[in-house]
Parts: sequence; C-alpha cells; structure tokens
Amino acid sequence: MIRKINRSLPAALSVVALMLVSAAAPAAPPETARIAIKDFMFAPMELTTHVGAVVTWVNQDDEPHTIVSATGLFRSGALDTDMSYTFTFDKPGTYRVFCSIHPQMTATIIVE
Amino acid sequence: MTDDQTLKGRRNALKCMAYGGAGTLFALAGGVLTPVDLAVAADTKNAATAFGKPLFVQLSDTHIGFAKDANPDVNGTLTSAIELINGMSQQPALIIHTGDITHLSTPEQFDLAGQMFSRLRATELHTTPGEHDVADATVSEYFSRFGKASANKGYYSFDHSGVHFVSLINVLSFKAGALATLGAEQLAWVTADLKARSSSTPIVIFAHMPLWTIYEPWGWGTGDADQLLQQLRRFGSVTVLNGHIHQIVQKVEGNMTFHTARSTAYPQPAAGTAAGPGPLKVPTEQLAGMLGITSVSVVKHPRSLALSDATL
Repeated sequence: MIRKINRSLPAALSVVALMLVSAAAPAAPPETARIAIKDFMFAPMELTTHVGAVVTWVNQDDEPHTIVSATGLFRSGALDTDMSYTFTFDKPGTYRVFCSIHPQMTATIIVE
Repeated sequence: MTDDQTLKGRRNALKCMAYGGAGTLFALAGGVLTPVDLAVAADTKNAATAFGKPLFVQLSDTHIGFAKDANPDVNGTLTSAIELINGMSQQPALIIHTGDITHLSTPEQFDLAGQMFSRLRATELHTTPGEHDVADATVSEYFSRFGKASANKGYYSFDHSGVHFVSLINVLSFKAGALATLGAEQLAWVTADLKARSSSTPIVIFAHMPLWTIYEPWGWGTGDADQLLQQLRRFGSVTVLNGHIHQIVQKVEGNMTFHTARSTAYPQPAAGTAAGPGPLKVPTEQLAGMLGITSVSVVKHPRSLALSDATL
C-alpha cells in the first residue's frame, strides 16, 4: 500500500505541474476551419466548430461568389477565383450563409 | 431546294445568329415591339426602318472585368457591339442595359464600363443592376453611378414614343436557398404605376433576372413575379426583357413576349447542362463545327462567332 502511494505521488505532482505550465503558456491559437467553394457549392455544407473559430472561405470556381450571413451579420465583397474571406465566430449559435450571386448556394456553421 | 440554295439560306441564318451576341434591336410598329437581331438591323440592305421605328437596343451582361478563358477580351466584344449600334443608319432612341455591367462591382470596372458606354451615339442609357453589380460589400458602387434615375431604389419608370418603360430590380431581395424576389415594396409601387396606364399603352418591363421561371435550381427566375405578371395581362402589348442567363430564351404568352438577351461577354451553359451557371469555355475549333448544327450551339461564344462569320 505504502509503496503504491509513493509511486503515484510523483505522477500526481507531474499532472499539477503540467497544468501550471499550460496555464502560464500563451493562449492556444484559435481554431481554424476552411470552407471551399467549388462547382457552385460550399464544401463542407455543414461545419461544426467552437466559439472563437476563424473560418475562411476560398473560391475555387471560375465564377465569383459572395459569403453573406442570412441574418445580415456579415457580408463579403465579390470573391473572384482564389480569393478568400474570413470571419471569426465569437458567439455560439447556428449561422446560415449563402452566396448573394447564387442564392441556391447555402451552408450552415454551428458554433458550440 | 438545291444544295446551293440550302447553303445560302444556311449561311444567312448563321450570319444572323453569329452577330446575335451584339444586341437586339426592338422596333416599334403599330404599337407592337418586334425584336430584330442587331446585325440584321445594322445591315444597310435591311434598313432598320423596314422593321418599324428603331426604339431601343438591349445590351446585357457586359461583365467588364471578366478575363477568363471563356472570353479574355470582354472590352473588345463590347466595343464591337457598340460599333454595331453606332453603325446603324437610323440610331435607336434608347439603349437599355439589363444588368451585370461589371463582373465584380469594383469602382475601376464601373468606370471603364462608363467610359465605353459614353462612346454610344445614342446617349439615353437606361440600366438595371445585375447581381454582379451589387456584389461589393457595401452595395454602393452601382447606385453611386446609376442610382439617380430611381432615387437609389433601383426601380423606376419613364415614357418614350408612347411606350411605357418600367425598370425593376430583382438582385437585392435574396433569401438563402430561394429565388430572388421583387419584394412587397416594389410590387406595391409597380402596381400603382401600372394602374395609371391605359390598356392600349405598350409596356416594356425590364429587370436583370428572368421574370419567369426558366430553371429554378440555378436561380433563373423571380419568386414573386407572378404578382406582377397578373397585372400585365390586361395590356395589349407587353414586352418583358431580362439578361442574366447569357442566352436567348423567348416565350409568348397571350400579349406578353418574354425575351432574355445574350451576353456581350461570355456564354453560359443551357439550363441544367453543367454543375452551375458559370462561364462556358468553348474551343474555337469546336465552336465553328457547332455553329452549323443548332441554334443552341451558336449562342456559345460571341467573340468566336464573329471569327466564324468571317470564314462563312
């Protein structure tokens, strides 16, 4: 029994030490996600991520597209081929986006 | 019919179709508007007056700023269209541009388009924006240049030669996943505007996106246009003009003629024949072969069509 306790003590201490180190370290980089626009579709069409996530859309079509929030929260300008648009989701929720040039193109971002 | 006659008839047909990308003249005769291919109208042998009074030319989808394979020289093809219009022996009173003046709504593209339009001999230019003209984040570049006629609302009407023209906007009122709409406010306005006209007044309605559903999966339609069309049925002559789909599709319903114009910039695929309604790349050598087959294939590429015509 005693030996067992002795053996587990350093392990417990090291866990505490690890926690202290991570708390002292600079904040972890924010979560990032990339949504491609290809063949008049968002890929993925549904993305689940977390508060603070930085989401970047990249247009891979020959045709320009826009990224417009259905509630009017954000709106990109026209993105020509290879241009991108980035938005940071600061609050949890379900966000619907579409392309104002081709409103049939829709996607949902779920921020937990 | 001899082979020679067949060939000659076919050549003439091809010639008409080949220039179709340039624009369409609408001639007024007895209160009825007749669409006439611009190249036919511009041809001195077919004096435009033979079709009636040259009232206006519809230009559409000039997409200034587009420079991809489907047409690396949209300035050149618009210039050709302008030269064709300027070369008409009797100038049209008006030019109507049914939207997508620019490709990306940048100030530079609007300025360049404006410079090119200023070379038109017919100086009365009426416009309605396409979705490519309102794609800037602030939706302000189009309106700062062309918004005056509508007090920045995007819809307005005017009269010319006894014809009542109504310019509508259907590229702002979007909902995710749904067809574009005119919206309640604009519908109320156009209802009042039309109520004041007698049924014998020829009506021309123009907007960028088709005001009749051509292909819903690609957004080729206007969700609430039926409410408008119902009010047009009492008129003796109604012409509904749209752009957006870069190809001619026509429909006649009672006294209403629906017409979508070709682009001066690049062709788009026929409804449902591609992943989406993007620029259609057509190899020049393939195009020449396609020209002689069906009228669908001749709408593919205005620039190359002109080249094909030279070989005819």
